[in-house]
Amino acid sequence: MPDPSRTLRLSDIDRAHLCGENGPVLQFAAEMVVRAAELMGAEELIDVSFIHVDACHYYGKAHVDFARFVVEGGGRLTLPAWTNTVPVSVELPDMRPPEKSPDFLAGARELMTLYEQMGCRPVWTCAPYQLPGGPGLGDHIVGSESNAVTYYNSAVGARTNKYGDFLDVCCGLMGRVPNAGLHKAENRAGQILFRLADDVSERLRGQEMLAHVLGHLVGKAASSAVPVIDGLPPETTLDSLKAISAATAASGGVALFHAVGVTPEAPDLKSAFHDNEPASVRTVTLADLRTARDDLSTAAPGTLDMVALGTPHFSFTEFARLAELMDGQKVAAGLAMYVSTSRHVRELAAQKGWVEALERAGVQIVVDTCTYFTPAVRGATGRVMTNSAKWAYYAPGMLPVEVCFGSLEDCVRSAVAGTVKRDESLWQAGGA
Amino acid sequence: MDVAVLHEGEAEGPLLVLEEPLSFWGGFDPETGRVIDQHHPQAGALAGGTVLALPGTRGSAGTPAGVAEAIRNGSGPVAIITAKKDVNLIAGVMTARRLYDICVPVVEIARNDLASLRTGQRARISDGQLIILP
Repeated sequence: MPDPSRTLRLSDIDRAHLCGENGPVLQFAAEMVVRAAELMGAEELIDVSFIHVDACHYYGKAHVDFARFVVEGGGRLTLPAWTNTVPVSVELPDMRPPEKSPDFLAGARELMTLYEQMGCRPVWTCAPYQLPGGPGLGDHIVGSESNAVTYYNSAVGARTNKYGDFLDVCCGLMGRVPNAGLHKAENRAGQILFRLADDVSERLRGQEMLAHVLGHLVGKAASSAVPVIDGLPPETTLDSLKAISAATAASGGVALFHAVGVTPEAPDLKSAFHDNEPASVRTVTLADLRTARDDLSTAAPGTLDMVALGTPHFSFTEFARLAELMDGQKVAAGLAMYVSTSRHVRELAAQKGWVEALERAGVQIVVDTCTYFTPAVRGATGRVMTNSAKWAYYAPGMLPVEVCFGSLEDCVRSAVAGTVKRDESLWQAGGA
Repeated sequence: MDVAVLHEGEAEGPLLVLEEPLSFWGGFDPETGRVIDQHHPQAGALAGGTVLALPGTRGSAGTPAGVAEAIRNGSGPVAIITAKKDVNLIAGVMTARRLYDICVPVVEIARNDLASLRTGQRARISDGQLIILP
């Protein structure tokens, strides 16, 4: 048993857990949370009201052994616990052919069952914030998946650090986290100001594609600092905030950003920086954005093998846009077009008739997982187009593919044509 | 060398020095113990049986699972030297110890001390000390 440092205040219940009075599972959970608190320099543990679990995302036998240890020891998550994506789609088993990795498939499925037994709500999504009933402004929560951590902190104003596998579950079992990092108000102040230059047109500022590109740029430059973005329009959508969250967390280690006049903790520049001066100011020009955009493509335009949408999971409003853009057109023969989403959002889209229409057009809807780590049915090889900075960042390292990045509109036009088509006009000086 | 013990234990092995932080999910293959992040300066290096020295971990929430999985199947390091109080590393080694009773000690040293270590040197962690053997 660790000896909690004298500066860490524990409740009687925390101490009882730590002494093993409530069984070996809660004892281990308390040992890990207390150790984390010591390493993070926390003086106390605080209650949390929600957990997004990542330890359900199978990677190997250790994941299953840990979940079995918890479930068989009677450990249950009694606070709302929603599950992240998993590496298999139960409905589309041929996305990861079982004959190629039978142990992997069996392990991944067993892990899903164990987390349901542990008390999780099986939503299997990296965008839990698209579901109703989640946390709100000021709520302390346990976030794990990187885009969701950044989105909850930034777009929702909930408070979480990025909790890795096992620590996420240990915090959830205790319902407690170290009061450190982004749980503390003073650590949520902006540090670096990114100001969009005058040559970035109003039209470009309103595009979701700009959010992906800007997020990629800001993440690379900010690393793990708290960036503040000035110059986005007040009507910036939640889909754009999702794009910035995913891109900044992928290219950097950003867990919280503020967008002045857009996100809840940044009604104005002064409040974004908690009345302090920015440590540094960076002007983001159209040329900088073009460079960041080009950085997201590893391939020259040409014949396409696949189009991947929905990283993070596609939202209801994105389905509305996609259904409108497809408008009776069909995906080119031989091209695989995937949209990753949650079961919940797919159901909402199905009620509108969009799922049926898209499937008729040749679009395959994938739930529970994501296409950048799940080898696809027709073999994810060759040239892939995506509207996601996160997909573009990760996939070339994880799959034998080359990537062309474009807007949702570009992706649809390209899927129909079977070859990369991009609207360059937005990116010209003057934004004509 | 000033050492802070982050996870107690004793171990000895050849050093593998990583110049940059590593994600153990996506950047490392726990089946083989190989660094697979193609952007990493030590891409291709094998961590099995080594005393792994690295500035810290980065990226995905999956890192503790990658650490624990590698320790479970013997493709992981026998000890870890890091330059920050890395909670993800500790979550991985604590879980491996609880589940498999395998202890992989972790110590923290200063960044410039880390920079003085060389791959292939022999390192021993014992009694809260880090000893680099000639």
